[in-house]
Amino acid sequence: MTTKTFGKRTRRLEDPELLRGKARFVDDIHIDGMVHAAFVRSPHAHARILAIDATAALAMPGVHAVLTREDIRARTLSDRLAVALPDRVYKQQRDRPILAGDETVYVGEAIAMVIADNPYVAEDAVSQVNIEFDVLPAVSDCRDALSPDAAKVHSDASDNLIAEFASAYGDVDAAFAGAAHAFRESYWQHRGCAHAMECRGCLAAVDPLDDRLTLWSSTQTPLVAARLLAELLGREETSIRVLAPDVGGGFGPKLVFYPEEAAVAIAAVILNKPVKWIEDRREHFVSTTQERDQYWDAEIALDNDGKILGVRGTLLHDHGAYTARGLTVPQGAVASLTLAYVVPTYRMDVKVALTNKVPVTPVRGAGQPQGIFVMERLLDLAASALKIDRADIRRRNLVPAEAMPFKKGFVTRGGIPIVLDSGDYPACQADAVEKAGWADFPARQRAARAEGRYIGIGLANYVEGTGRGPFEQVGVRLASTGLIHVATGAAAMGQSTKTMLAQVVAEQLGGAMERVVVTTGDSAKVAMGFGGFNSRQTVMAGSSAHIAAVKVRDKVLQVASHLLEVDAGDLDIDGDNVFVKGAADLKISLRQVAKAMVGAAGFLLPGNLAPGIEATENVVIDAMTYANGSAVAEVEVDLDTAAVNVTRIVFVHDGGRIINPTIVDGQVTGAIAHGIGNALYEWMGYGDDGQPLTTNFADYLLMTSSEMPAISLSHRESPTPLNPLGVKGVGESGVMPIPAAIASAVEDALSPFGVRITQVPIRPNDLAALLEKAGA
Amino acid sequence: MDQRRITLDVNGSTFTETVATRTTLADFLRHQLRLTGTHLGCEHGVCGACTVLLDGRSARSCLMLAVQADGHQITTVEGLEASDGTLHPLQQAFADHHGLQCGFCTPGMLTTLIELLRDNPDPSESDVRIAISGNLCRCTGYQSIVTATLDAAKRMRMGQTV
Repeated sequence: MTTKTFGKRTRRLEDPELLRGKARFVDDIHIDGMVHAAFVRSPHAHARILAIDATAALAMPGVHAVLTREDIRARTLSDRLAVALPDRVYKQQRDRPILAGDETVYVGEAIAMVIADNPYVAEDAVSQVNIEFDVLPAVSDCRDALSPDAAKVHSDASDNLIAEFASAYGDVDAAFAGAAHAFRESYWQHRGCAHAMECRGCLAAVDPLDDRLTLWSSTQTPLVAARLLAELLGREETSIRVLAPDVGGGFGPKLVFYPEEAAVAIAAVILNKPVKWIEDRREHFVSTTQERDQYWDAEIALDNDGKILGVRGTLLHDHGAYTARGLTVPQGAVASLTLAYVVPTYRMDVKVALTNKVPVTPVRGAGQPQGIFVMERLLDLAASALKIDRADIRRRNLVPAEAMPFKKGFVTRGGIPIVLDSGDYPACQADAVEKAGWADFPARQRAARAEGRYIGIGLANYVEGTGRGPFEQVGVRLASTGLIHVATGAAAMGQSTKTMLAQVVAEQLGGAMERVVVTTGDSAKVAMGFGGFNSRQTVMAGSSAHIAAVKVRDKVLQVASHLLEVDAGDLDIDGDNVFVKGAADLKISLRQVAKAMVGAAGFLLPGNLAPGIEATENVVIDAMTYANGSAVAEVEVDLDTAAVNVTRIVFVHDGGRIINPTIVDGQVTGAIAHGIGNALYEWMGYGDDGQPLTTNFADYLLMTSSEMPAISLSHRESPTPLNPLGVKGVGESGVMPIPAAIASAVEDALSPFGVRITQVPIRPNDLAALLEKAGA
Repeated sequence: MDQRRITLDVNGSTFTETVATRTTLADFLRHQLRLTGTHLGCEHGVCGACTVLLDGRSARSCLMLAVQADGHQITTVEGLEASDGTLHPLQQAFADHHGLQCGFCTPGMLTTLIELLRDNPDPSESDVRIAISGNLCRCTGYQSIVTATLDAAKRMRMGQTV
């Protein structure tokens, strides 16, 4: 018997230190002699910077320096961060400056950096840096941005269109021309900020002994940061180390490399002191990337049987002032729209508009919830007009299991064909509908209405791309102590990445989780890598870990075979021993096996095998694997206050094979909460002048424990053939269908008044206006 | 900078320290005493990550000055486990029920719920939800925290202590 860990509810490696208050987040790191940074940020959405006077700030006791763009320029090969993913459709290149020099283009943009003895003094000094501005007209609403007489976001531009593209396949206009039915609607969707509970922050220090610059950063992508920093500073990769200590949540924005990370590193070099910067929540609202507005105009064509013939329309997307990642969010939105269904023809024309606001990059879901929302709302619109049950119209159009693998008509941003690899979407929906008591709901609804209560039910399906390639490096090494060391470029920020990798590795090596030591997100421990985003780490790092662990296992058995003089095929591993099958007391410890391969000067290695017991893998998987799920939401709407109370969520989820059911439940449940927030509460507001309106947690509402409904969560497991573990990503899952399901439920609750829900978040004021208009 | 000398009890140890009067209790605990288990998530009193117990009552250490804690008794997350390292039943229940993911909000959740369980040893699910309604968590969706707390309450009623 050997101990197995895959599929088990193992204990998390991360918990003991976190529970005892002994974890190490970036602001917990103390280096003697370190100084503290604070940023002078733009108070204007658009202004020319005429002069910066730091005299008063520099005269304050405890202030070491005030750095501006000129100081950055003297130390870097570029004063801008060119990080955009490649794409041919850009019409303007808009890279963020590390510190703005001539012009500032959003409230919150960093212009100067104060370094002082402590953060209190640094913040005092920020208020004493005097900047002379020439305020320019700003563009706040992306709908205004593209009109010919709009102000320009960047004063050297002729317009505010940063990219324009179409996602299309088939002859959609012909399909509409021949269709029995077509329905059209416009939608506004807004997703706010990610708001990990830990804000951003970093600490940089130059080690004089080896002239190495180390940056500890609360980032999802430390390996990428190391590469960018080396390029920026013109240093050898080996003279830069970037590592993510414990990270208090990511949810998207921490995948971006930020001006502050570069500035803090440069300041550490200039001052030759460790420099720490910890973002506060107000700064987070105005300087950490967000998702925001999308305006859709969409149309669906169907035949007389309610089968979809085509979907077409337009999307206008708010990009913010710079390209901090790419076109990921609008691309994700239009790519996800049709995924779950057989949609024979499709065309979505996309315009991406610059605005004088914080740059937009992915938040958990990366545009996909918005595409799913449009598709699901269109299906409800068609169902209502054609008098078909909402579950039935979906059942008729879901991609059937027997069609797998199902090739969609288009490609990912990297040009890789989109092929749905596995899953039974109709069965998944049927499961959710059954568990939710969909068929009985009309009777419950009638009874409630008789009591004057407005309850509703809604359904939404989703398919999401997970496991973005091309690879994530994992090294597995059996140390001479007998411990198993796992190192990876994958970054941990709460998803139990260390536990996941330990489970995958221990499965091959005796199952003793406590003997596995996992290092994540440290550029000194692995040569290459990416980090955490796009529900990719279990797929990519998990696959590399698996293959590496299998190779280490083979080597262990070969070595033990020589040491025990037993055929390797007769050996197995359990706990910390290799034993002879059928004779368990004939064994040798992993420590002894490892020590044998360290070698002894002048002596042969056992079996003339190569030294050491280790394997490093970069398993390449280009195609994404598609996870899916179905959600049913029940709500009650209070007609007096227009408050929507979500009373129940039924969620059936298929993320392929499950490595740890407890962890998967946790990920999906957390993502459902995020989805409810997107449906009802989260709104990052800006005034017409580009001034942010919601910059604290009293104005910007996050889900609390009181709003969480009862959740019925269950899993189907359709293994993907695309990776050796059969796993798919789960981190974003729950956020995908929830806004659509809740919108559907609210519309159902208010069906006596004919209220149509065409937006998320469904803010009480907006709903109250709709109810008033409908005479409710 | 105006400074004061304060004496306070933190997790059973007495500290006498000189502190700038404007230093928050959170910054004092984290950076002067190096008890970094208490976290800062918003610094405006909404998220609850910085919650500590002040003479047994939950308090936002980001909204208090260190000088206000002079003469008082503070318990932080570091003070919850037994002296032999055994986890408090609530900490153990969090581990057993996956009540934490990134763990950043956890110290504030634990201190808030310790107070609840002392005042109300047999809380309902709704009691727990109300108790932590001022503590934000972005990872868990709260369900596992509620489950863990109800289980911890049961264990503590059956006599488990720290």
